[in-house]
Amino acid sequence: MASNKDSFGRTLFVVVGLCFICSVFVSTAAVLLKPIQQENKLLDKQKYILEAAGLINTKEGKIEKVQVLEMYNKYVEARLVNLKSGDWVEDSDSKKADTFDTEKAARTKATSFVPQNDIASVKRVANEAVVYLVRDDNQQLQTVIIPVKGYGLWSTMFAFLAVEPDLNTIRSLVYYSFTGSGETPGLGGEVQNPQWIAKWNGKKLYNDKGELAISVTKNPVVAASPHGVDALSGATLTGNGVQNSLNFWLGEEGFARFIEKARNGGLG
Amino acid sequence: MADAKELKQVLIGPVLSNNPIALQILGVCSALAVTAKMETAIVMTIALTAVCALSNLFISMIRSHIPSSVRIIVQMTIIASLVIVVDQVLQAYAYDVAKQLSVFVGLIITNCIVMGRAEAYAMKTPPLMSFMDGIGNGLGYGAILLAVGFVRELFGNGSLFGIEILSKISDGGWYQPNGLLLLPPSAFFLIGALIWIIRTMKPEQVEAKG
Repeated sequence: MASNKDSFGRTLFVVVGLCFICSVFVSTAAVLLKPIQQENKLLDKQKYILEAAGLINTKEGKIEKVQVLEMYNKYVEARLVNLKSGDWVEDSDSKKADTFDTEKAARTKATSFVPQNDIASVKRVANEAVVYLVRDDNQQLQTVIIPVKGYGLWSTMFAFLAVEPDLNTIRSLVYYSFTGSGETPGLGGEVQNPQWIAKWNGKKLYNDKGELAISVTKNPVVAASPHGVDALSGATLTGNGVQNSLNFWLGEEGFARFIEKARNGGLG
Repeated sequence: MADAKELKQVLIGPVLSNNPIALQILGVCSALAVTAKMETAIVMTIALTAVCALSNLFISMIRSHIPSSVRIIVQMTIIASLVIVVDQVLQAYAYDVAKQLSVFVGLIITNCIVMGRAEAYAMKTPPLMSFMDGIGNGLGYGAILLAVGFVRELFGNGSLFGIEILSKISDGGWYQPNGLLLLPPSAFFLIGALIWIIRTMKPEQVEAKG
């Protein structure tokens, strides 16, 4: 046995056999668990939407699954927007805003475009994007949530920008997901720090001339103004990433048309 | 078949007298990273124990068939497969914790404890004993993680398992949390202190001075 098991044929047999068994094992687990994982991801996203709208606070203990679903279904309406025209896209069977996979649409050539001025390193942008409208008990529009994403220092960062119905006053900017292992914990990772998120509350996106003026800044005078947010120390590149994400998604190739139309004509 | 006494030795030994972190100084990396909270520490312990026990079991089962020229690769393949499955299960059933553990579940693959036990023990011991050895070492790892996590969460955040024990000044209470304990370096001090305590209790663990 001892000399036999080290022979070339035997080695090859053991290695190939092992790889086969392991791959069957791993792929079975991945396929079987995928539906539950996707449900978790969706729920997690909905939780952050509610958090961005200020309806729940995930830092204060656990929020039950049923509660998230109930609140989401009650207060939040997801709608698709055509970025080029800035108009609403009507829901059809093939396009349900709630389950619309923006990332998948952005990867597909037919449903996306390559931005001319890609400051946030998003590579491709889906033609349509999801906007979340949050209403209160009296069906009054309270918050509009715009998804933004952009490259930080190490990863693409996904966030929800929550603004008041005037589409100018910020409620919060909640980062909910990062690709890979995310930004540096304690430095760039502090974009998720509640104290930093609180700094966005009440700031204005646009100046009196209607130009985009919001800036993540190290200048204390600017940071105290209605258009400045104090940058995170030690996280210059992540801060630049946040700035670029906002500039891109609020710019011409992002939601600029939609915001312009919505401000003039209201959000029907 | 191994008798009950030997089994007990294999299972309980690694917790105190032959602890993988305190005596063998293996797996310190993840012990620094995931001990800021009890919840992550306990999930990490379960994940590592499962991987270590099962990898020991499977490796031991096929140990007489593993060609010695590729044995490390074979061990790695088995360990890596188990870790991926554990990661998938966590993402399905403990999503929040999985998100906090992030890369560290994946890094169990390179955790020296799993690899060390596979190479040093499972390659030359029957399956049942190897399985027990895996659980024992997982528990030993867990004992240190929970001890460190207990101190870090209680004094760093005033809570245990997310339940408030000491009310913090920022929430209108009286306790000023020690921010250092929430940062990874504090685990170094705590693990150092634990090693000191264990070696004072059991002087035979002190290395001979060269």
